[in-house]
Amino acid sequence: MEKQEYLDLYREMVLIRRLEETAAELYQKGEIGGFLHLYIGQEAVSTGIMKVKNPQDQVITAYRDHGVAISIGIPAKIVFAELLGKQDGCSDGKGGSMHMADVDKNFFGGHAIVGAHIPMGAGLALSNKMQSKDAVTICMFGEGATNIGFFHEGVNLAKTWELPILWVCENNRYGMGTSPERASAVSDIIQKACGYQMPAYDVDGMDIMAVMDMISERLEEIRNGSGPQFVEVCTYRFRGHSMGDPERYRSKEEVEKFQEKDPIEQFKNLILDEDIASEDEFQEINEDVEKEIEEGVAFAKESPEPPDEALWENVYVEEVERG
Amino acid sequence: MANIVEMPKLGFDMAEGTLVKWVKSEQDKVKKGEVLAEIETDKATVEVESSFTGVLHKHLAEEGEALPVGSPIAVIAEEGEDVDLDALLEETGAEEKKKEEKEEKKEGKEKEEKEKAGKEAEAEKKPEKGEKQKEEEMGAGEEDFIKASPVAKRIADEEGIKLSNLEGTGPGGRIVKRDVEKAIEEGVPEEKPEKAKITPGKDETFEISKLRAAIGNRMQGSWQEIPHFFITTEYDVGEMLKTRKQLNRELPDEEKVSVNDFIIRASALALKEYPNLNASISGKELTRHGDINIGVAVAVENGLLTVVVKNADQKPLRQISVEAKAMIERVKEGKVRNEDIEGSTFTISNLGMYNVEDFVAIINPPEAAILAIGTAKEVPIVEDGELGIGWRMKCTLSADHRITDGAEAAEFMQHLSLFLEQPWRLFA
Amino acid sequence: MAEITMREAISQALWEEMERDEKVFIQGEEVGVWGGTYAVTKGFLDHFGKERVRDTPIAEAAIVGSAIGAALGGLRPVAELMTINFAFVAMDHIVNEAAKLHYMFGGQFVLPLVIRAPGGGGRQLAATHSQTPDAIFAHFPGLKVVAPGTPYDAKGLLKTAIRIDDPVLFIENATIYQQKGEVPDGEYTIPIGKSKVQREGSDVTLVTYSKMVSYSLEAANKLEEEDGISVEVIDLRTLRPLDMAPVIESFKKTNRAVIAEEGWRSYGVGAEVAARIYEEAFDYLDAPIQRVAQKEVPLPYNTRLEQLALPQVEDIMKAVREVLR
Repeated sequence: MEKQEYLDLYREMVLIRRLEETAAELYQKGEIGGFLHLYIGQEAVSTGIMKVKNPQDQVITAYRDHGVAISIGIPAKIVFAELLGKQDGCSDGKGGSMHMADVDKNFFGGHAIVGAHIPMGAGLALSNKMQSKDAVTICMFGEGATNIGFFHEGVNLAKTWELPILWVCENNRYGMGTSPERASAVSDIIQKACGYQMPAYDVDGMDIMAVMDMISERLEEIRNGSGPQFVEVCTYRFRGHSMGDPERYRSKEEVEKFQEKDPIEQFKNLILDEDIASEDEFQEINEDVEKEIEEGVAFAKESPEPPDEALWENVYVEEVERG
Repeated sequence: MANIVEMPKLGFDMAEGTLVKWVKSEQDKVKKGEVLAEIETDKATVEVESSFTGVLHKHLAEEGEALPVGSPIAVIAEEGEDVDLDALLEETGAEEKKKEEKEEKKEGKEKEEKEKAGKEAEAEKKPEKGEKQKEEEMGAGEEDFIKASPVAKRIADEEGIKLSNLEGTGPGGRIVKRDVEKAIEEGVPEEKPEKAKITPGKDETFEISKLRAAIGNRMQGSWQEIPHFFITTEYDVGEMLKTRKQLNRELPDEEKVSVNDFIIRASALALKEYPNLNASISGKELTRHGDINIGVAVAVENGLLTVVVKNADQKPLRQISVEAKAMIERVKEGKVRNEDIEGSTFTISNLGMYNVEDFVAIINPPEAAILAIGTAKEVPIVEDGELGIGWRMKCTLSADHRITDGAEAAEFMQHLSLFLEQPWRLFA
Repeated sequence: MAEITMREAISQALWEEMERDEKVFIQGEEVGVWGGTYAVTKGFLDHFGKERVRDTPIAEAAIVGSAIGAALGGLRPVAELMTINFAFVAMDHIVNEAAKLHYMFGGQFVLPLVIRAPGGGGRQLAATHSQTPDAIFAHFPGLKVVAPGTPYDAKGLLKTAIRIDDPVLFIENATIYQQKGEVPDGEYTIPIGKSKVQREGSDVTLVTYSKMVSYSLEAANKLEEEDGISVEVIDLRTLRPLDMAPVIESFKKTNRAVIAEEGWRSYGVGAEVAARIYEEAFDYLDAPIQRVAQKEVPLPYNTRLEQLALPQVEDIMKAVREVLR
């Protein structure tokens, strides 16, 4: 990779981090409503994946989707606008935090029903196969979702039909407040994949370099017709499941332990160690990110509220009479 | 630069938080990310981290204090900074206030516009409402809940037909469209006469008086035990009335003689020849009374009493009159004496003053008969084939068939005519 | 014109649309090798090949879920649920995903998806295999729900459902696949969201759909013969969006209505249609609206009891006579 690529990856992770921290503040001020699930600690996963995928590869994920939104190229200010429910948001303010998407960038959304998007991911892969598109579907979900029926139906179908899909399980060790040890008969997630005869791997999700290596390899193999594959990305979220999580299920010590493996810090150290860039350049990047965040928030706040008419828009493609 | 720390929103439905514990005390150094305090929501106790680095200049909330989301709880300033707390609070307060004011103004304006629009709408509505109210009031008064379908009502309304004039043929007597259409086609039926408002009556139950009970018992007994038969005869009372008139011309008011007085004497004299009708029977034993005591039925409140003129066959008319009058007076005053009402052997009952033509009386046991007297009236009569006018009075005898028969009773009635139609015999 | 069965009508519509647009494909349990458990897709596998005629595992959530994904990816899937009773397994994907994706993401995603599912009872399949839960699915904005009652309507409506870009639940009736009807030769489509007067009349408005259409027509003929009652039969054809215009127009003429459906009375299609009649034509109402529906019990296996529970022609006639009192 070129120096600039390193710095760009670093910047992206910082941008996600700062966006999430800012979103938390906005939420506490009451400006963001509903549920807010933060990606803090998992930045390397979305950043790494989007870096190595092809533009025509599709991504579909669950509700902790801000990281994917930024990594796939939705501007921070558009994400903020969506969080504030404004019409400039990527979903016109109609979806909110859990439903970011951008069809032009092949980002098929954040989805809120656990596991429901998994068969949809299989369907996307099916459409690629049937239309002979050189595209791989990347379907991301948490380890908690591997217990729900939808997961098994989707994964089974994809393997039975040998669809070109990469299942990416972000194992951040807690499905809401329940660890896989408490929720799964088989808490070693990749074993579940083996149950479906898929090549299954795990990778350290706090190490962006490792993530990129792993994902790019998998994508290539699938592109070459290997059929579905499964990657368990071992990661950790530094904040609660969502805002207001009292985090009774884990100790502060555990969180601190994982914070020592902060993906952004790790990557920064790598860059410094290998003399790719200097401390000053990081400072510059950080300031630049701050500026983007500030402008993004300002943009979102000034962005207009959707008009009342927007309530009735896009219920159907073909307009019908209002009931 | 000093910063205000506010009570954070820690859950999507949180409105208020309680500051349970200050982790950082005043003048403590604070790094961004360090825990400042523990805050309790209604779901959990959460640690709140500082968004600023500096020194915790001042606590603005006490431990245990509950505050709404957004309230200032602390000030973090740079080390050694001089903080004008009031100004700072005012500033942020002012900002907040400005925000509030702006919103209030907006709301106020919106409210104004809404009110205006509302008022206009109301003004339009009002006249309509008034009319409708009137209609409803009228309607409600005239038509006490009439069942009619919406379409029937509408058509009736449009065509000016009153629903109260129609018979409904729908379920439960509902007036339906076909009923209204029929009325339109065939013309509306005659306005039904306004039905009287029926107030259901209320029964009145009470215990009857002793007198009523006594009369009832006697009469029931008499009716059940005595085989009654009846004979009605019409008498020419022209002479009697003439005589009475003549007599009364000479007499003061309180001593005037009544028709009844004449009849008392007449029947007493007639009974002299028909002792069976002045008798009593007990089993197989018949007693013909020695005295002829004529009882006269007198109406009292809720009943009747029979005053008795004793030995009326031996007393002159005037005496009979005086006695009878006195007794009746006493009855009316409630001062009747026992001897006034005891000992009758034959009773007469006169309803002539009520314009009764004739009637049947129940025998007063243990008597053998009773004479019911109707009104004396002027009627057309036929005499020798010629139409004339005369005075007639009907009397009906009820007699005990154990004691007497039709023939004898009829003869008695015939004999009685001597005394009723030839009043001079009363004075002989 | 040709007289064909409901089965043939649906089969023809599918065939013609698959021929017309190679993006159209079908997937479901036993649709390929078996030829469909109701023989609707007999012969399809041989003609269109296994890429476009896909036998799936028994996994309704995946059948509908992957169809959603395929639609998102640019194809036009027709997913078959063997019966609508199995739709509950895919409930989330039908009403919570397919009905919502276009709206939630600001119109970015288009789902030209058709879900075909036969419902209805009367073949002693017992309670869990005999339901008519149409009203539940019609409850959700974002989904279109079609339920034809004649071969002519079935063919025309299915073609439209496949061609439009909205997700459509196409509800068939498992017991009337052999019901016959006239269908024109050549290409034709019928717009979704339009009710139709199947029989003109002047005394009563009889609103119905799906299997109850033929029952209603039979009842109407008998009532004409026996009682001299003239019944106007209106076939809703689409449950969402609901087209009340012909119903109201008819009601203004007759002032009396009966609604006949196979599902249960409570919270059913009749409840919705009646409420709309009361709302839109109150001043034309001459009698309370009658609803003919299935008795409020799970459907039993015993055939006599089953028929007792299901609405029959006589029940419709009784309701018409009642509303005319």
